Amino acid sequence: MLRLFLAGLAILCACLTANAQEAGLQPILQEHQEIIAKSSRKTIGPAIDAIASSGLPQAQVMLETWAAKDVWMRKSDGLFFAGKKAEGRSYELTDFDTGEVVGTYQKSDLKQLKPNSGIRAMIGTALVQFQLTDSDRAKRLAALTSIQRDPEGALLEPLRASIEDEPDADLKAQKQRLERLLTIGYDEDTAARVAAIEEMSDDLSVDVRAALNPLVVTKREAGTDLPSDANIATILDPGSEALSRDEAYDLLVANDLAAPRTSPDDIRAALAANIDGGRVWGISVAQLNSDATRAQAYAVLAEAGLVPALIADADIDTALETHVFFETYSEPSPEVTAAAEKALGQIELKVGLNQTLDLTLDAISLASIYFLAAIGLAITFGVMGVINMAHGEFIMMGAYTGYVVQQFIPDHTLSIIVAIPMAFAVTFAMGVAMERLVIRWLYSRPLETLLATFGISIALQQLAKNIFGTQARPLTAPGWLDGAWVLNDVVSISYIRIAIFVLAMIFLGLFLYIMKRTRLGLEMRAVTQNPRMAGSMGINPGRVNMLTFGLGSGIAGIAGVAIGLFAKVTSDLGSDYIVQSFMTVVVGGVGNIWGALAGAGMIGFLQKGIEWMNPSNTLAAQTYMIIFIIIFIQFRPRGIIALKGRAAGD
Amino acid sequence: MERSFVAKNPSVLVFLAILSLFTLGVTVLSEGFGIGVISTSFVKTLGKTLCLCLIAVAMDLVWGFTGILSLGHFAFFGLGGYMIGMWLMYERTRLIVVESLSQAEIPPTPSEVVDAIGTQIFGVVGSSDFPLIWAFSHSLTLQLILVVLVPGLLALIFGWLAFRSRVTGVYLSILTQAMTLALALYLFQNDSGLRGNNGLSGLQNLPGVTASQDVVSIWFLWASALALGLGYMLAAWVVSGKFGSVIRGIRDNEARVRFLGYSVEVYKLAVFTLTACIAAIAGALYYPQAGIINPEEMAPIASIYLAVWVAIGGRGRLYGAVIGAAFVSLLSTWFTGGQAPDIPLGFYTIKWVDWWQVLLGVSFVLVTLFAPKGIGGLFDLWTNRRAPQRHGAPLGPDDSALREKEATE
Amino acid sequence: MKSLKSTLVGSLVFAAMATAALSAEDTIKVGVLHSLSGTMAISETTLKDTMLMLIDQQNAKGGLLGKKLEAVVVDPASDWPLFAEKARELLTVHEVDVIFGNWTSVSRKSVLPVIEELNGLLFYPVQYEGEESSKNVFYTGAAPNQQAIPATDYFLDELGVEKFALLGTDYVYPRTTNNILESYLKGKGIADDDIFVNYTPFGHSDWSKIVADVVALGADGKKVGVISTINGDANIGFYKELAAAGVSADDIPVVAFSVGEEELSGLDTTNLVGHLAAWNYFQSADTDVNAEFVETWKATMGEDRVTNDPMEAHYIGFNMWVNAATEAGSTEVDAVRSAMYGQEFPNLTGGTAVMLPNHHLAKPVLIGEIQEDGQFDIISETDVVPGDAWTDFLPESAVLISDWKELGCGMYNTETKTCVQTLSNY
Repeated sequence: MLRLFLAGLAILCACLTANAQEAGLQPILQEHQEIIAKSSRKTIGPAIDAIASSGLPQAQVMLETWAAKDVWMRKSDGLFFAGKKAEGRSYELTDFDTGEVVGTYQKSDLKQLKPNSGIRAMIGTALVQFQLTDSDRAKRLAALTSIQRDPEGALLEPLRASIEDEPDADLKAQKQRLERLLTIGYDEDTAARVAAIEEMSDDLSVDVRAALNPLVVTKREAGTDLPSDANIATILDPGSEALSRDEAYDLLVANDLAAPRTSPDDIRAALAANIDGGRVWGISVAQLNSDATRAQAYAVLAEAGLVPALIADADIDTALETHVFFETYSEPSPEVTAAAEKALGQIELKVGLNQTLDLTLDAISLASIYFLAAIGLAITFGVMGVINMAHGEFIMMGAYTGYVVQQFIPDHTLSIIVAIPMAFAVTFAMGVAMERLVIRWLYSRPLETLLATFGISIALQQLAKNIFGTQARPLTAPGWLDGAWVLNDVVSISYIRIAIFVLAMIFLGLFLYIMKRTRLGLEMRAVTQNPRMAGSMGINPGRVNMLTFGLGSGIAGIAGVAIGLFAKVTSDLGSDYIVQSFMTVVVGGVGNIWGALAGAGMIGFLQKGIEWMNPSNTLAAQTYMIIFIIIFIQFRPRGIIALKGRAAGD
Repeated sequence: MERSFVAKNPSVLVFLAILSLFTLGVTVLSEGFGIGVISTSFVKTLGKTLCLCLIAVAMDLVWGFTGILSLGHFAFFGLGGYMIGMWLMYERTRLIVVESLSQAEIPPTPSEVVDAIGTQIFGVVGSSDFPLIWAFSHSLTLQLILVVLVPGLLALIFGWLAFRSRVTGVYLSILTQAMTLALALYLFQNDSGLRGNNGLSGLQNLPGVTASQDVVSIWFLWASALALGLGYMLAAWVVSGKFGSVIRGIRDNEARVRFLGYSVEVYKLAVFTLTACIAAIAGALYYPQAGIINPEEMAPIASIYLAVWVAIGGRGRLYGAVIGAAFVSLLSTWFTGGQAPDIPLGFYTIKWVDWWQVLLGVSFVLVTLFAPKGIGGLFDLWTNRRAPQRHGAPLGPDDSALREKEATE
Repeated sequence: MKSLKSTLVGSLVFAAMATAALSAEDTIKVGVLHSLSGTMAISETTLKDTMLMLIDQQNAKGGLLGKKLEAVVVDPASDWPLFAEKARELLTVHEVDVIFGNWTSVSRKSVLPVIEELNGLLFYPVQYEGEESSKNVFYTGAAPNQQAIPATDYFLDELGVEKFALLGTDYVYPRTTNNILESYLKGKGIADDDIFVNYTPFGHSDWSKIVADVVALGADGKKVGVISTINGDANIGFYKELAAAGVSADDIPVVAFSVGEEELSGLDTTNLVGHLAAWNYFQSADTDVNAEFVETWKATMGEDRVTNDPMEAHYIGFNMWVNAATEAGSTEVDAVRSAMYGQEFPNLTGGTAVMLPNHHLAKPVLIGEIQEDGQFDIISETDVVPGDAWTDFLPESAVLISDWKELGCGMYNTETKTCVQTLSNY
């Protein structure tokens, strides 16, 4: 890589030799023809070095074309060209040296070079020297990305040289930051490195930690006494928590400082090797079916000198006593490691705090998804007391409505704006129909409502399968919801989750407004508390029930659009949320929207909390969350926010 | 004047007679013992259906008679299957391991045998050690006790917690559903030690039995029929006495029964636990016929289907549950098996594989709305039994003690 | 009650007899055992259609041994016990000569005892976790060393990945594969701390925490790579979250073993360009046979349908079976099985697949990068890799081999020189 760096300087000085220009790039490519065509990161190095250090102006173009997968090899003579798709299955080839079109060829006569991303990264690194001072901002940015991705000592000098003349303020700042990072890892001067470390010690970015962490990597070693030249991190005491006796002895064995222990398998193999006429030195084979007799037989063999003796505890003790165990830094300079440890200590604390914040954001996001899925249920189940097992299917119908709308309106933003009222309309109509046709007849039989709506649920699910197929359907979010809101490298949350959170809050407000401020809300509360009394006050309970149920279903439909945007649209989308939704409502407290909010919040935080404690098993989080809820309900059967007084009913 | 049990329950004798005739008929027509008209795979289907009928009887006892809509009984069913499955797997693997290790030069130590069994059983899920819950799997007797004990204890603890805090009605349904989901999710985990999603498989091969599946399937059919017969009698006995009157009272109005001085919780807990045990026995007979058990079997939806069967068959009468389970599950097999003929409509062909679920769902809604008594209601027409005149729309079992006036309030 | 019950029984008995009578016709029956409903229908319906297409093609060519082929399609409905029941039905009631079917490992384990008991023949077309070799099953999908190991090598050698996140759905295939990979990576000198393993349930959708965990792995300056055995629908949420977090394939590459053309058709792939998948087949393979195969498929099923790896596995498996039966002059299971060993058939991607005595295929392994159009750009192709039933990277199975031709044993211990068992462990 030093060669590459020198070549870079050569170009910067613009002292190109006339010779190289005459020879052109193609001969260099041909010299490495085989490895270029083979296209493996392990072998490609010399070829890239040769091209980059050729000092030819076309080298940059060639490397860029190569990284873009546009270099083609002519099979007849193995020459490389830039290819451009022409008509049909043919490609137009351009020579790198002359820039002239050499002709159009069929695809079958050509072989495309497909550098994998490992090679592309190497090409990117090689291109840095050209691109750092390029007039195109995008290319300079690409160069910085390459440095960031694969930091290398050789890039430090060209980077430093380019900072001065950088016109773009953003890029300049980025260059300076990268310079600091490279200084930490690769500068020759210890003081400069320590200074850089201290300067960066309040930055919790992944790349800063990535620069610091390798400095404090330690290796566990053992020896008869401590080496004087090593940068020793800690001295370990065998038998302590950091190093158990077994580990310590294994370390000695690994370093050839002690004899290996004999495993049961070894004993078995040794015994098997010494069977003679159905007996192992006087002990019959049939008796060797217990560990005790095997050990006995092995001891006999060891006495006879046929096998090495077993390692006794005393041997281990002696071995451990006569050796020292320690950890050394691979970084030789103690100043640097001390500074890095200190900086990392500071950063870790910050990272920990930020991780908590990130986890909190995740939990809020999960809670808002549960809340959104459950808010419709909070109306139909919470307020009306109707168990609607088809609630999940309303969510699914909303999501499919979004998908269908997107088939007709290709613009994603517009289609979502149309889809939300459409989804509401579809599921509202469905909800009203269901209330009129089925639920109305079952108000006095809640358990049968449960079963009837379950019947509707399986029918709707299968219908969705018959219409849309079992394949997941795409529901694509508009471009402005792509990406994430990034606070720093630790804390970030995707825009789509923020949008769901906002949507959930809007619905909370809407729900409160309808219930508390509108006539419909008043009537709803009246009807759910005492339908007869409400009826005698001139309210039509049938109509109110119908509208209430429709409203709850309609909101489920809109939730479906949001959930489809963030996850997937399949026919069993709804069944993923139904149990959780019911729990949200039950845990929170029936009949109260704040209860549903509290329930969703509790479930969201709980689940994330368990996930954090056991990060490798997400399933466990869900299991323990449900068990917790079951136990929770034992102690607060009416949920977090229980209604009091007559409204609580029974 | 005390009447005898049979006299009070004429349907028990009829049921047992039909069950014996059915079992005998299948045996005669089977491949294993008879003339081979019914294929072994169909014998297995029939055997499994009998087990489903048994759990339906349990469900009827807990829902139709006591009014607890439990959506968790398939969890007990599955647990029963797991318990017997552990022994079947352990013993089968042990025979293989002992056989193969006996060929080695040095006889194996007992711990080597256990290790080898562990490797064989848990190799597919990337481990080789026996988890603690397999501690009794070497003994058939202990595992058979566990078949009843584990689900029974779970039901007892869960029921005690739930009934103690007076969780009733739909809340209890949702809670039982949550329990089922938690159990299924727990078993889905590899760490649970029951092979996660893979479950226990190859259960149809009984260890040490060399008879062909043609014969084994008939044995299981007999066992299932016997269990169903005994279960049916037990259920009929439970509901016919004073105990039965109390639980029906609880179903119709829990508060009134409590005010009469009965300990409602104890009665409910007894029924819940008893039915869990019956469900577990049904499961222990079902899964050796199915051949594999995994957590998916215990998904909450299975328990809801169970309620569907009982409702379609007719709640509050034991033979209704049996008819419902047999009818719906066999019909379901027929429709999804691709044997039902497609209906061409010209512009569209109705394939029953696709439309059966829709039909089931819709017919379920219709049964709930228009025939709350289910198929069992047909027998009322036949025996001329009429519902008591209540001067209004008929009320379901949940409200049957309520007058129309009270129920609509 | 009595009358109802007896009519019911009567009609069922009649149904059973009727189906039995049907099987007397003079055709060769091919069983198709793929779920047409339930959670796995999403993947398996395609394979049923593939089989019907292949059988039609063969019949157009004149059938087999002078007889027409007849497909018997049953629906095990993604219900694992039902797989065993349906397999028994296929073998005893319909009396099929061969079965093509199954997708998940659980369903295969469910079918195994039945198929071994009744001496049937099953062609299993999906990449799987290995550690199995049944006398009655031919595995035409990839064993771990034909997909997972080469992909990991690619990560190590070509992309220079030093830290691995093994993400999987919680079931057998990811469990066993990750177990093998962990052991393999340790053998390659990757430390314990540099391997992060996570399992999520089927259909998982809340990926933010896991993606954040993966990004955080890069904090110690090592290049991170993700090996994904995430199955089915869950991939959609995973890739969406990955795209939202701005994780580029150049920073943290993801190689997936269960994501093919079919799965990507439910996704907008613009943000996923450059992520990888390892298979033995991609639709984009540039050969004449493949062009023809894709064309026939689209003509039968519709323009927007894609082809994928398990389809190719069925294509190879079916043609090998046809050739073996022709060679043996019979469709009798044992005769066909002996004729299967050494069968060769051209891959759709070029080269030739060979059936090995361990019932696995020797095939080349391809690695593709996701493109904007939802197709894969094949950037690496290995030499032909013989499928290995028992992995060499776990100590207990390293000593095992399978050779049904010479040793007549699927689980042969090379150390003790004994056959551990001839029937499979389910």
